[in-house]
Amino acid sequence: MTQGLDQIFVTFQHWAVAHSPAILQRAVSIVLPVVGLLILFPSLFAITTVLERKGLARMQNRYGPNRVGPYGWLQPLADAVKSLTKEDIVPRKADKLVHFLAPVLLVTVVFLEYAVVPVGRNMVLADMDSGVLFFFAAGAATEMSVFMAGWSSRNKYSLLGAMRAVAQMISYEAPLILSSIAVVMAAGSLSTVTIVERQAGYSGIWPHWYVLTPWGLAGFVLFTIAMTAESNRSPFDLPEGESEIIAGYFTEYSGFKFALFFLGEYLEMFAVSGMAVTLFLGGWAAPFSFLTWIPSWIWFMGKVMALIAGFIWVRGTLPRLRMDQLMNFAWKFMLPMTLMVIFSAGLWRFLPSGVARWLICAAPIALLYVVLGRVLQSERKIEKRVYRYAE
Amino acid sequence: MLGEGILKGLAETARNFFGSYWGKERLTTVQFPEERLPQAEAARVFPFLVYDTDDWEKGLRCVACKICEVECPPKCISIEKSTEKKPDYVGKPQFFPAIFDIDVSVCMSCQICVEVCPFEAIKMDTVFELSTDDRFGGLHWDKERLAKPNSYYHKIHPTESAAVDADLAEKKAKAEAAHSAAAAKAAATAATAARTGSVEMGAQEKEAKAHS
Repeated sequence: MTQGLDQIFVTFQHWAVAHSPAILQRAVSIVLPVVGLLILFPSLFAITTVLERKGLARMQNRYGPNRVGPYGWLQPLADAVKSLTKEDIVPRKADKLVHFLAPVLLVTVVFLEYAVVPVGRNMVLADMDSGVLFFFAAGAATEMSVFMAGWSSRNKYSLLGAMRAVAQMISYEAPLILSSIAVVMAAGSLSTVTIVERQAGYSGIWPHWYVLTPWGLAGFVLFTIAMTAESNRSPFDLPEGESEIIAGYFTEYSGFKFALFFLGEYLEMFAVSGMAVTLFLGGWAAPFSFLTWIPSWIWFMGKVMALIAGFIWVRGTLPRLRMDQLMNFAWKFMLPMTLMVIFSAGLWRFLPSGVARWLICAAPIALLYVVLGRVLQSERKIEKRVYRYAE
Repeated sequence: MLGEGILKGLAETARNFFGSYWGKERLTTVQFPEERLPQAEAARVFPFLVYDTDDWEKGLRCVACKICEVECPPKCISIEKSTEKKPDYVGKPQFFPAIFDIDVSVCMSCQICVEVCPFEAIKMDTVFELSTDDRFGGLHWDKERLAKPNSYYHKIHPTESAAVDADLAEKKAKAEAAHSAAAAKAAATAATAARTGSVEMGAQEKEAKAHS
């Protein structure tokens, strides 16, 4: 029963393939899971927008959207109708083809990322040997679509926003990838499926998730910070800083193209959350050995939603960073920390297991954290300016 | 310690998040169409014309003096004076407005018409949901739509209307006193005139007799 429920989608795919004509069987087996993901994640996007608005509202002691449908749950439907009926304006001097392609490319590329994310046991579109590499390569292509949007709009604000976005995304890609290297080292594989399988065992009731190791915990925190910046979420939403550059690279987008950018941003968020779950939180594995009877895909989606809730929580808490703070944080804090995480993961590999290993591996990370915190905070002391000649 | 402030902030937002489900007093939002806050007594939105008796047409206090029309800064009032007269609250024959229109979309709720009216005939209403889908007729209110009874004025502005009523009653009493005094004086002069008239009559008779 539990086994059947766990594999229900896989079974359905096999059934559908078996019942389709022989010439179409290969196509059906490829297209069916793709369609599933194409339905699942955009509908998750719709739900998340409401949840986010309601959650943020509650953090600010408001009600949030509560007018469309029962408790406002049909709000995304109204938003969709609105964005579809809006006029699509393309600036006269814009590069029309690139202007059109940018949002399409963004969504396409972000959907590519889902190919290697295992959504459940035996549920991955493409089990590549270099899945993690493919994921980050596809993720890096979103920068191109961002810059296409900014460049083709022929608008100073768009261009500035795009340049900010590209600078930010490239800066944070380094810690993002470096913190995942620790996991790749520990798992000994670039395949996402193998990485999840390595974490799926249990000692007693406790799982073997990488987040439960000192380097894994630090790596997970660094990875989530980097992925927040990577998906342009608050507090790293400088590319769309309304106070300075209107809406950044999508200033000149309206109607459905704007909605596509919005969709792309959220899909990117889900994708990197899925990757964080896969790398550090054991993917579809249950958190305790006695909970394995719950289907694996429920665990995966639950973990992703928990990370999304964290995203929303952080967005409701932190103000936007300044550009120099953003860059300092990436290169002076995140990068050394991720390098230390890799070092610690190496130590972990060669030390015998026990409490001592935990402490020895945690010590360098904690030490670097404290030292970096002191150095970075003491760096800028603004003193009273002394005018030597004016007085 | 690095990150301490972030944790404090996260705790604060979490407290707000769960607190908003726990205690309703945190949520200060008033769900407007269903819930309404009581309006301030001095609230003012759009003027209306006060009438006294049950008949709105005859009871209008307005005498079409056109002061408000002249003083209105955005010129949203238009008045046309009647040709015949009717008695006002002190019984004096006065003109009345044949047409009294105010354009809702032009009015800026400045209350100057109320300040300048010597007859306490125009006052500010507190109804604020004036939007309409009829762009022309629905926004151009005639005197029938503007007329509201004095009792309504008492309901929306109790203190102010009580003062106005007292003032009007005082004026009316004064006018009545003056009227009765004038009547008495007129009666007295009529009596003296009758007396002097008879004296003159006697003189005339004497003259007539002298002529003959």
